Amino acid sequence: MNIHEYMAFELIQKIKNKELQIQEIVQFYLERIKKTDNLIHSFVHISEEKALSEAKQKDNDLKNGKSIGKLYGLPIAVKDLICIKNSPTTCCSKILEGYYPPYNATVIERLIEKEGAICIGRTNMDEFAMGSSTENSCYGPTYNPWNLEYVPGGSSGGSGSSVASGQVIFSLGSDTGGSIRCPASYCGVVGLKPTYGRVSRYGLVSYANSLDQIGPLSRCVRDCALLLEIMAGFDPLDSTTVNVEVDNYTNELDKSIEGKTLGIPKEFFSEGLETDVKNKVYEGIKKLERLGVRTVEVSFPYLEYTIPTYYLIAMSEASSNLERYDGLRYGKMSDNLEGSVFDVFSRTRGEKFGPEVRRRIILGTYALSAGYYDMFYIKALKVRSLIKNDFQNAFKQCDVIVSPTMPTTAFKIGDLVDDPLQMYLMDVLTCPVNLAGLPALSIPCGFDSKNLPIGFQIIGNYFEEKLILNIGHLLEKELNIYRKLAPVNRGK
Amino acid sequence: MSSKYEDVIIGLEVHIQLTNLKTKLFCSCNNDYRGKEPNTHVCPICLGLPGSLPVVNKNAVEFATRLALALGCDINKSFWFFRKNYFYPDMAKNFQISQYNKAGGRAFADGGKITIKLNSKKKELQLNRIHLEEDPARLVHKGSIATSPYALVDYNRSGVTLIEIVSDPVMNSPEEAREYLKQLKSIVQYTEISDLDLDGSCRVDANISIKGHARSEVKNINSFKEVERALKWEIQRQKNLLKRGKELIQETRHWDDKRRVTIGLRTKEFEKDYRYFPEQDLVPIEITKDFIDQVKKKLPEMPNARAKRFQKDYQLSEFDSEILVLDKDIADFYENGVKSEKSFGPDEYKQYCNWLMGDISRWLNDNNNVIKETKLTPKQLVDLIKLINEGKITGKIAKTFVNEMMKGTPILEIVKKSGKSRIADKDKIIKVVKEVLEENPDIVNDYQKNPKALEALIGKCMKKTDGRLDPEITKRLMQKHITEISAKNSSED
Ligand SMILES: [Zn+2]
Repeated sequence: MNIHEYMAFELIQKIKNKELQIQEIVQFYLERIKKTDNLIHSFVHISEEKALSEAKQKDNDLKNGKSIGKLYGLPIAVKDLICIKNSPTTCCSKILEGYYPPYNATVIERLIEKEGAICIGRTNMDEFAMGSSTENSCYGPTYNPWNLEYVPGGSSGGSGSSVASGQVIFSLGSDTGGSIRCPASYCGVVGLKPTYGRVSRYGLVSYANSLDQIGPLSRCVRDCALLLEIMAGFDPLDSTTVNVEVDNYTNELDKSIEGKTLGIPKEFFSEGLETDVKNKVYEGIKKLERLGVRTVEVSFPYLEYTIPTYYLIAMSEASSNLERYDGLRYGKMSDNLEGSVFDVFSRTRGEKFGPEVRRRIILGTYALSAGYYDMFYIKALKVRSLIKNDFQNAFKQCDVIVSPTMPTTAFKIGDLVDDPLQMYLMDVLTCPVNLAGLPALSIPCGFDSKNLPIGFQIIGNYFEEKLILNIGHLLEKELNIYRKLAPVNRGK
Repeated sequence: MSSKYEDVIIGLEVHIQLTNLKTKLFCSCNNDYRGKEPNTHVCPICLGLPGSLPVVNKNAVEFATRLALALGCDINKSFWFFRKNYFYPDMAKNFQISQYNKAGGRAFADGGKITIKLNSKKKELQLNRIHLEEDPARLVHKGSIATSPYALVDYNRSGVTLIEIVSDPVMNSPEEAREYLKQLKSIVQYTEISDLDLDGSCRVDANISIKGHARSEVKNINSFKEVERALKWEIQRQKNLLKRGKELIQETRHWDDKRRVTIGLRTKEFEKDYRYFPEQDLVPIEITKDFIDQVKKKLPEMPNARAKRFQKDYQLSEFDSEILVLDKDIADFYENGVKSEKSFGPDEYKQYCNWLMGDISRWLNDNNNVIKETKLTPKQLVDLIKLINEGKITGKIAKTFVNEMMKGTPILEIVKKSGKSRIADKDKIIKVVKEVLEENPDIVNDYQKNPKALEALIGKCMKKTDGRLDPEITKRLMQKHITEISAKNSSED
């Protein structure tokens, strides 16, 4: 077996047993990125030298009996919107060209500084996480490693494609309306969006700050649980993190789920769902039933309002969150400095933001304007609480809710570029979870007729990450497709 | 009250920096930016770097609670912050984290009042609300704003805590506004949340209208002292326009403290839409009754209560007490002084007050200083008053000691150095009196018709001796001698 065919927890064992050196592993992945990334374009920045020198240091430390943290120097890829000290962090936007943050995000402190993962590179994404295809990157699109003519999903497309193709062992993404689960689904990897407030957002560049969460993408649920265990927990630097004890997620993955109840929301299986997707998800449910779970139909009367609600809130918040990019303090300013400071601000933002970002800023600004605020933003907040109620009602009848992650498998690059509304509709099964602030896991549950992966979504109640990981892990074992790597080709 | 202003309506929005906090409102950077090298008190949060998040400074909440209690506001059980969105080069994020009392938001506290006294009439001025917000960065221009070829941004001030105190439109004259600010300053000093004597620690926006006409908002009045001046100017401007038959428009104006005029801004500026909406990076903050009670316990006696107590404890008049307590440092000084001397009674209490409010205050004013910055001690003033009352120096001489006392020199040393102890020796005084009488025959003659000439002669005596002669004895002896001379003169006639 090649290095990239192992799971993270297996590699850790091999490092502990001295079968593998960290340098070998890091070197291997760097080589693999070099060989494949001209086709996939998962990465926008590769930290080769730094990664290698850190690997060497860690091998030495290990030899000298020093503790090097729980992650044993395993390489991780980090979405280009999580701040790493002195490493380019551009959100795949021209407006942050050349920006090197002077500080680490809390998740970086925990995973890299404390537990010893090595950042191997920064992954491609939709500019400022706005998109579901990774086509809105100033560096150009990422290609789905299962079929290079298709999108990898988004916005954390590079984080999904890099893991799926074995360019890296695991990665970090962020999920505002499905930005981790969508690429996890389209690329056939595991992706988790934690409960809002479970993982610190400090150092995560905001898109829509009441919805954003950082989460892991990996090749199996156990690796996902391992990362979450380290990332999760209260952070004094993020007032929205909640001081709830972090469970030991890896310890109870094999616990029996007999007697648990799965909620099946009929609205999540309605029109617009591809047949292959529907069938594979139902197969997954059957497999879980064989493990002793019961199923119950639950109802989401407000699901049809999800997309407008989600986009109103996300765009409103984005319009404010992105105001700070004016070129004055960091990033790039327009070359043309004529006129007043306001002229230069406008010109800079007009030139440096991509079209999707400009669209969302303009729509969000409009929605927050005097006279429209009550009609749009306030109303959206009201519907948001109705959608939360839908979930709470459902959780009275069941322990978790299951559904497809995406209504379809990946679409072709360019297919939806001119139809933003259709693209927005793709988020219908993921964004209600963000509106409610709940945790949700996506795991691969099979392939469609085009051999593109299908994602199975498990939604838990607040801080029930342990349970959804437990169920996901057992289902993954039953399905037994998780070791399959994307072939990096143009499809059959 | 001057009838010239009876139709004027004024409301004030006062922004006060909480200079006594150690750190900024949302980060742990040092709050004290004055005189520091630019952009050294900064971090990802107050620079608004991508990915940074604010965390509320708990002490700022406590300070706001103190002020709210002191002003008698209703503190909201929970509050949250809003974003006020507008682009400006001094804004690190191009939005300001502030509070909003509309759109589902709440102020930190509502209501409250400030009592003023003008022409010995009391008036209660109703407050609307107080709220917390962050200060923007400081823009530094080369020379004047108008001609500076560039502006530099110093983020040391970015994120410093401001508290905004909004009054209802209840003031009817610039004088009322002045008294309002005087009382507010006093209360702020008593709550120990800010030192308003620091440059730039307060800024005022004023809403001014003439009854029945559109109001204007005058922004950027950068000190309390300027407010009265700006209001007078703006009222005059509005009245002049009305006199000429013009109608007033609702507008925002800017106070130019160099030219001392208000300048209209383009109306575009006025129509700014701040797109207020809740700041989701912060969670609502609960203010429990327990917390409020704890803060209340630590709150010192407020000026109003103190003035009442001074009337009782020191038998001072209402007028004296109210002025004395206005500056907490002065009032503390007073109490330290009078309490330290067991022999002091009502006469000395009054004397001590007169000294503080008279010569000492005058000196502070003339030297643009505050009492805690001088070396004057309460004990010195006690000693001074004792020396006067024991007859060792005269009141007149004592007044000449003020300058030296402010340097901290002990009274006895000053007396010794100046050689200005009181002369009470009869023979010595008679000698002086005789000299003066001989030297001023004209005045002596005048005394026949005009008994007031006596004072002039005593004045001459004092002048000869630098005021050291005991005034009582001198007067007695002068009277005696001049009567003798007069009698002699008239018998010779
Ligand atoms: Zn700071």
